[in-house]
Amino acid sequence: MPLLDVTDLRTSFHTRSGIYRAVDGVSFSVEQGETLGIVGESGSGKSVTCYSLMGLVPQPPGRIESGRALFGGVDLLNCSPAEARAIRGKRIAMIFQDPMTSLNPYLRIGEQIIEPLVIHEKISRDDAWQQAAAMLEAVGINDPAHRLTQYPHEFSGGMRQRAMIAMALITRPELLIADEPTTALDVTVQAQILDLIKKLQREMKMAVIFITHDLAVVSELCDRVQVMYGGRLVERAPTRRLFTAPRHPYTQALQRSIPALQHKGTTLYTIPGQPPDLSRAQAGCAFAPRCEFALESCRTAEINLAPVADGHASACVRVQAGEILHE
Amino acid sequence: MSETLLELHDVATHFTVESGGLWRGTKSVVRAVDGVSLSIARGEVVGMVGESGCGKSTLARTIMQLVPATAGRIVFQGRDLTQATAAEVKAARRGMQMVFQDPFASLNPRMTIFATLAEPLRVHRVCASEAVPARVARLLELVGLSSRDLHKYPHEFSGGQRQRIAIARALALEPQLIIADEPVSALDVSIQAQILNLLASLVREMNLSLLFIAHDLSVVKHISDRVAVMYLGKIVEFGPANEVIERPGHPYSQALISAIPTLDPAKARTRLVLAGDPPSPRQPPSGCAFHPRCPHAQAQCREITPRLTPITPAQAAACVRLGEF
Repeated sequence: MPLLDVTDLRTSFHTRSGIYRAVDGVSFSVEQGETLGIVGESGSGKSVTCYSLMGLVPQPPGRIESGRALFGGVDLLNCSPAEARAIRGKRIAMIFQDPMTSLNPYLRIGEQIIEPLVIHEKISRDDAWQQAAAMLEAVGINDPAHRLTQYPHEFSGGMRQRAMIAMALITRPELLIADEPTTALDVTVQAQILDLIKKLQREMKMAVIFITHDLAVVSELCDRVQVMYGGRLVERAPTRRLFTAPRHPYTQALQRSIPALQHKGTTLYTIPGQPPDLSRAQAGCAFAPRCEFALESCRTAEINLAPVADGHASACVRVQAGEILHE
Repeated sequence: MSETLLELHDVATHFTVESGGLWRGTKSVVRAVDGVSLSIARGEVVGMVGESGCGKSTLARTIMQLVPATAGRIVFQGRDLTQATAAEVKAARRGMQMVFQDPFASLNPRMTIFATLAEPLRVHRVCASEAVPARVARLLELVGLSSRDLHKYPHEFSGGQRQRIAIARALALEPQLIIADEPVSALDVSIQAQILNLLASLVREMNLSLLFIAHDLSVVKHISDRVAVMYLGKIVEFGPANEVIERPGHPYSQALISAIPTLDPAKARTRLVLAGDPPSPRQPPSGCAFHPRCPHAQAQCREITPRLTPITPAQAAACVRLGEF
């Protein structure tokens, strides 16, 4: 049984200018101990997917229209607030993009790290403080006893991200959701943080959902990757397969537009048109208006993610029908 | 080598900051740019990479005379801008223009696209006022937007389109040099490709020189002829793009390049992970500023400040142990 099993998640935002279908029928599962990457451009729904699972979508204007997310027998989307609280922050933890704004500037680092422990476990403050010091050391911060008494502004960007990781992992969660945790950091610090996440994941045997727009980060870290476009999943594959043999026109187009994969100085492929307007209900494939392989039928056909090879699923009807082969 | 357009000789930009208590503040000096020499030829693309706080944006602003240089000479088209009068600087600005990172912050939200693009033409009295609309329309076309968009406001455009508008504004005065400070960092991958293609084609067609500042090495490698690597206000390595990225000589360039995640999961690679964060330019380490994080540092590195030394005729790096590892 998978650790987390999400079926047909739909989250929309009801605003004055219309209903935005941010997540539009997404199903996926995460196995124990694996790393699942979710990639997509801004507005593709990758963050809202995870915010929905964590109950972090502000309601209103957000609304979870349908879906099930089973985690250890509890449906995260339809359980009592007490059940959700027992899981969130203890068995599922989350780290965010911007370590500058997601720590409370008025509280000592130590207070913030022990908070999940004090809430979820019967533990004395002194013991919690000891554990926090051990955790801070585990994430590679020297002189943890002293550092615990400092405030976030006394930490550098990389150290704040380490402190956030310590806070998320102190309850030894089974699942860590990381929402672009290295986007705000410099490359040399990004390399440190990615190594740290990998190391701690091995030691604690936890599963990780890693949300990013950076395909290169995914290729280093993840076992499986799923690609989102316009609120829907368009492709899912083991990481290596996704990079060597992408089976959706959107993923293929993305790869052709990345400088690192092309010869120096060549003109990069550009995807024509604009990302879809999520406030308009769209029949058929969301990528069809920009796709070089689209047929008239792509705009009307029912689109589902379906297996095209072992462990590899694509939502392209033409790939499913065997009409387009990868390059 | 073709004609030199811009030359920097030992340029330094220092800021004085006050810190400490309310009454007994102490003054200290931040050496944001500390002795940079560089030249850009006509039609050449020079990439500048480095981590946040290394001084690459301050260097761009210093060249543009948006902040005064503390020392050194900035020679643009044969004229030293650090000694120039205000009128001369204004004239020089027609020849060099800047594109900023954030297309959401660098366009005035209360000005239509027409007003934004017409402003430089009016300020510099480039053409008669009757000719302005036609020129503005041509500029928009040049960057791949339609003249139907002229009377729209910035909020009606996507990030990629706004960056095109910012590029059109930079091109309005037909400059010889464009300084682009992280022009694609705020954009999604597919949009990034559009802007890179646009910049590359403009450079080719208009024989522009481009100083391209970014922290993404794969982007810099793609577009640049030569690359400079900056660390804590100094250039630590400079040379042809392919050589610097394939065979970096300075330990910092080596670490920076090995820190980039690869797209090829099959490619096994030993990674040099640097310990610690980049130090503050307020208290730079003695000697070679990189020595506290350098895997090859020796006692001498704490004392000697290395100068750029040639590795090949075209490539130079600033390290006392060059060639030893």
